[in-house]
Amino acid sequence: MLPVLARRVANIIPTLAAVVALVFLLFSVLPGSFVSAMNEDGRSNIDPAVMERMRKEMGLDDPVTTRFAKYVTRIAVGDLGTSFRTREPVTKLIAARIWPSLKLVFAAMCFAIIVGVPLGFLAALRPGSTIDTAAMVGAISGLSLSQFWLGLMLMYLFALQLKWLPSFGYGDGGLRHLILPAVALGVGPMALLARTTRAAVLDVLNADFVRTARSKGMTETRVVEWHVLRNALVLVITTIGLQFGSLMGAAVVVEKLFAWPGVGSLLVDSVFQRDIPTVQGCILLIVTFFLVINTLIDLAYVSIDPRIRYG
Amino acid sequence: MSQSTPASATADIAVKRRFRLKGGLSLWIGGALVGLALVVAIAAPLIALTDPVMSANLMNAELPPSLEFPFGTDAQGRDIYSRIVYGSRISLTVGVVSQIVNSLIGVSLGLSAGYWGGLWDDLVSGLTNLMLAIPSLIFALAIMAILGPGLVSLVIALGLTNWSYSCRLARAQVLSLKSQGYVQAARILGYGDLRIMFTQLLPNMLGPLIVIATLGMGSAILAEAALSFLGLGIRPPFPSWGSMLSEARDQITTVPWLSVFPGLAIFFTVLGLNLLGDGLRDIFDPQATTRRT
Amino acid sequence: MTVPLLKIEELRIALAGDGVAHNAVEDVSFEIGRGEAFGLVGESGCGKSITALAVMGLLRRPLSLANGRIVLDGRDIQGSSPAEWRRLRGSRIAMIFQEPMTALNPLSPVGKQIAEMFVLHKGASWSEAMDRAEEALRQVRVPSPERRIRDYPHQLSGGMRQRVMIAIALACGPDLLIADEPTTALDVTVQSEIIDLMAELCAAKGTAILMISHDLGLVSNMCRRVAVMYAGRIVESQPAEAIFATPRHPYTQGLVDSLPRLGERARHGRQRLREISGVVPSIASYPAGCRFNPRCSAATEICRRTVPGLTMLPEGGLVRCHHHG
Repeated sequence: MLPVLARRVANIIPTLAAVVALVFLLFSVLPGSFVSAMNEDGRSNIDPAVMERMRKEMGLDDPVTTRFAKYVTRIAVGDLGTSFRTREPVTKLIAARIWPSLKLVFAAMCFAIIVGVPLGFLAALRPGSTIDTAAMVGAISGLSLSQFWLGLMLMYLFALQLKWLPSFGYGDGGLRHLILPAVALGVGPMALLARTTRAAVLDVLNADFVRTARSKGMTETRVVEWHVLRNALVLVITTIGLQFGSLMGAAVVVEKLFAWPGVGSLLVDSVFQRDIPTVQGCILLIVTFFLVINTLIDLAYVSIDPRIRYG
Repeated sequence: MSQSTPASATADIAVKRRFRLKGGLSLWIGGALVGLALVVAIAAPLIALTDPVMSANLMNAELPPSLEFPFGTDAQGRDIYSRIVYGSRISLTVGVVSQIVNSLIGVSLGLSAGYWGGLWDDLVSGLTNLMLAIPSLIFALAIMAILGPGLVSLVIALGLTNWSYSCRLARAQVLSLKSQGYVQAARILGYGDLRIMFTQLLPNMLGPLIVIATLGMGSAILAEAALSFLGLGIRPPFPSWGSMLSEARDQITTVPWLSVFPGLAIFFTVLGLNLLGDGLRDIFDPQATTRRT
Repeated sequence: MTVPLLKIEELRIALAGDGVAHNAVEDVSFEIGRGEAFGLVGESGCGKSITALAVMGLLRRPLSLANGRIVLDGRDIQGSSPAEWRRLRGSRIAMIFQEPMTALNPLSPVGKQIAEMFVLHKGASWSEAMDRAEEALRQVRVPSPERRIRDYPHQLSGGMRQRVMIAIALACGPDLLIADEPTTALDVTVQSEIIDLMAELCAAKGTAILMISHDLGLVSNMCRRVAVMYAGRIVESQPAEAIFATPRHPYTQGLVDSLPRLGERARHGRQRLREISGVVPSIASYPAGCRFNPRCSAATEICRRTVPGLTMLPEGGLVRCHHHG
């Protein structure tokens, strides 16, 4: 297990390095950089003095290589810089937002897994049945929904009309505030998981070893329990890992809609406030989180599938 | 090895046939929805009741759906129906153009990486992994932040951030086609690399690529809506479905129809593209190499 | 004559297609005695494998048993309930499949996959079953079975995997072992080891074998009687030696002629192996009359019109040909 862990961790380092470079490049180097682009847009006028200060702070007058070297050294020691707006360290700003974000993303993924996987499973066990058709029509509809519209409609129905749940905000951090955003965020992954699970189970049910299992004289339930579940799970788990990516993208929108104090809404606010260090920090954090999750998924994979451990 | 058991072979045929029927249905429904969206976009001036921007009339503000205003009116008294009709132009433009950009980038990188291999292949693979590691909406958001809002920025942002699927597909297809006889034959005949790529390889992967692009258009339309909602896409007063929703959000309590109809327009267009993509996949890509997971 | 172990009568297996049902197998009858090895030979697609699946009760849509009787030990089993089928499968009829790589669950240790048999049919506990699985592995001569039971299929060679399949199939001492191309996917050198092992273990336990293969040579080495199938029908059935010495159906003659034989070159000089011209028709396009007629050099008008019946041969055996010599 340990060498595998080491290898997987080593694997994410080049990607992470590339992301650091990209984030640096996007916001610090490109001609007509972020600061001026937002200014040209004409929505607000930044005080030239502020512009000047920003340029200084970012060291825009240094050569690119020097700036990049500085940037990398700072990040290597966990310093994401100082926010332009609040003058606080970006790490502190982000730290305050991580927990709500994690809560929302994991709640959404739990919802997606708890509903999507069994749904796909049932559909696959009875292909062509009513439940299969209903599940698959539901799944493709779920994939076609825009998260924030769904969120808006949920908000309208359950918060404003029925008044069952709070319409927005973090509240005391309890479950009641979490439900609507988590569902809005989870429906897309749920739909995809239902489809993937169905395809995976159908695949496995057609496998030769399932025919062997049947020829051993076991009930169909046993066949599924002993031989189909784990094999289908391998395929489903990969999807779960990759889904975290689009989930975190969508989380930005959902957090904004529900005024959820997470990293996503911090990112969007910082974009509008031209708070470049915070924008960079948020993006780096999101990418790191995605890579860590997928490394964990890889490890889960290894513990399920013996072929990877030895092969 | 050639001794495949007839039982499983015939079962395969039958399963495929059943899916073909299903695929057929989703193909037709999807095609109809997408066709409808296309007709609406092209014939917008004929179908719309009023001008989507200039028809503001505060006398008509916030009217509920009626015969005169089928989907109601917004705070400026503009007809929601007409704005949705015109909005289809933006959504479809963003969807189609960004997918053309994606496909061009993805195919040229994937095709060349798979064909030439070596260092270039490693480089492209690394780049693809990088693209997969950054949630594409976040990436697009960053690009929009730099380029500023607008249709052109949107197309660039979405076109630059979703090519990894077609790139991986093209690369995988080249790798499997390369070893097949006819590509080697073309090489022996002295065809140039580019000629082989365009005449021998590309036509063989067109089907799956169309599937990817169709599904990608749906994602792009959703992304446009999300970015416009965040204020980084199309800016008002131009009627994009996303920007309409963005405006409508504050009035969800008082004027709910403002939110309902643009959302439904997005839903049915994207649903149509997804269904069409599924149906096309059953035709072009029975092994489902384009499954986006 | 005593009651045969397995008796198949006028088996017909339908393949449901676009509204039209085709007969993938029709009018197939044969008997297997207790402890006897019986061979079923034919090209891929001739219906031999689905005949085996029918005997196991494992036909799945779009295939279904349309007609015929399957009698095991004097008892009709074709109409058995699913629960009855499950009791038969594995304990009285067992099956080995062609591809040992995919026929074993890749995520489960091989010992556990053998042990399942004892848990399912003998009511054993898992720990007890694992001990017996180790013993079963020893019987199929897998070296150091105490370690191998914890191995996963991908850690074993093809031959070893097929030994595991044999251990699974013979675990509960079935009356009949169906071996569907058990060695086709293996190296030639491993093939004979596996065949010998199978024959030896079955002989020791008195298990009958239904050996299914495209390889006439292999089957006639192992089996006392051989039936040849072509396009869903049995065309000839004879004792193994007789099928080589005096093949009566033109298709069988073709099969025999296409086999390389040791010593042949010494006797007749250098010669090309003869092949059968033409291709096997697909299920949807079986010709009228004798299904072999488009490829048969002796075909006449009657062959194109009328389905030949089975004729009893004077020396025993059956042939389905209008012009059998």
